[in-house]
Amino acid sequence: MKEMKFYGTALPGIEIEPYPGKLIVIEGTDGVGRSTHVALLRTWLEAAGHAVLDTGMTRSILAGRGIKDARAGHTLGRLTMQLYYATDFADRLENQMLPALHAGFIVLTDRYIYSAIARAVVRGADPEWIRAIYGLALVPDAIFYLRVRSAEELAGRVLASGRGFDYWESGMDLGLQNDYYDSFIAYQKLLLREFDRMSGEYGFEVVDASRPVRRVATALRKSISRIIDDESVTAPTAEEIAKTEMREKVRAAIGAASKDGGKIETLEKIKSA
Amino acid sequence: MISYGHHRYPGRLFVVEGTDGSGKSTQLALLYQWLKSEGYSVFFSEWNSSPLVKDTTRRAKKRRLFTPTTFSLLHATDFADRTERNIVPPLKAGAIVLADRYIYTAFARDVARGCDRAWVRETYKFAVKPTVAFFFRAPLDVAIDRIASARPQLKFYEAGMDMDWADDEEESFKIFQGKILDEYDHMVNEFGLTVIDGTQAIQTQQRQMREIVSRYLKEKLKEKAVLAK
Repeated sequence: MKEMKFYGTALPGIEIEPYPGKLIVIEGTDGVGRSTHVALLRTWLEAAGHAVLDTGMTRSILAGRGIKDARAGHTLGRLTMQLYYATDFADRLENQMLPALHAGFIVLTDRYIYSAIARAVVRGADPEWIRAIYGLALVPDAIFYLRVRSAEELAGRVLASGRGFDYWESGMDLGLQNDYYDSFIAYQKLLLREFDRMSGEYGFEVVDASRPVRRVATALRKSISRIIDDESVTAPTAEEIAKTEMREKVRAAIGAASKDGGKIETLEKIKSA
Repeated sequence: MISYGHHRYPGRLFVVEGTDGSGKSTQLALLYQWLKSEGYSVFFSEWNSSPLVKDTTRRAKKRRLFTPTTFSLLHATDFADRTERNIVPPLKAGAIVLADRYIYTAFARDVARGCDRAWVRETYKFAVKPTVAFFFRAPLDVAIDRIASARPQLKFYEAGMDMDWADDEEESFKIFQGKILDEYDHMVNEFGLTVIDGTQAIQTQQRQMREIVSRYLKEKLKEKAVLAK
């Protein structure tokens, strides 16, 4: 059992009591493979008999849809965006993560407050302001930061995934560069710098994500098995990785299809995946 | 990001605050008519009016999805959108902006619901400090009588039913409004709110309001001046 500790003032109406679960954060910029690793970890943990809840940005019942609609319209102002994401986070913390932790689940979260802080700061928000808002966050049991060496490497990964460059992932709202590629590189560079800054502040466990998926997955399993006191670590098989990557590709394609209203090309992409 | 008290815009921002039924919206509407007729360029901005957030708020209220924290944050999101879209641009252009409810509404309501005082204030740090913030103060029983006669039924969050203070809606509403009024009273000094006695005749209140507002008006805020720029 672990004592509940918050970065700032605890949420109103929350009972502060020790919880049996574990809160494990997978952080990193766009295209580092976070979702693949969350999926691989989930399968592995469940196979070992652990109950798992996975969550991630914009997946709240309260604000998920509103954020997606606002993003689609490209009409989200900078401050508005940060607060909408904070609403989404608070809803998931109160209604998904905390109840699951109390029930003894391992909560795997694809991004936590650090991505939100990095995005806000890169957009000119006061670093103290955004940290104070996220003072409501529970201090996780572990934060794995999947780090790549350069923004160019991320661009290559985004292309390889078949998703292509997205307006927000490319930071087009910042007006840094004229085209998606140049903007993506400039924006992701700024984010990488913010993540490096936060690394010491929040105690990230840095995982070199430039390595092959199998090696990254094995490193994550080793560290997590220590946290959950379960020494039965095995490396993922090539088949497991291939299957997971395929599933993630399909999921990304479905996501893209829902964004552009189910256009034929994206539906074809799903089929070919 | 520019923090509260540090914005420097040529326009003017007048806001009205007070409990439900304090008469503030009536007063603001009268002020709007007057400023318009005097030839000023005036924009009106209401609490809870962001088109980006509207559907989310409506759904959350209907399905009762809010906790005090998410209630606070979603309203802050709404307010941020208004600030970025409807408040800062006209102020920069040198217009007059009138806001029905402002950050002090959030400070009063959210703290009444148990949110941390300092946290809520920090969340709204990006807000533009108003030229004048009027607080229409009406005793609890007066405000409650006005609401009871104006509205057939209290809504769930409006009555504070999410807080389990009382089983009865009217009882819960009274408790909630009492707490809100306490918070407002604390804020009078903290933020320098201009108190108007809401029990006075409507014309009397309006006269006081216009007298104060006129101190901050200048020829260059008139529509023709703003257009000429």
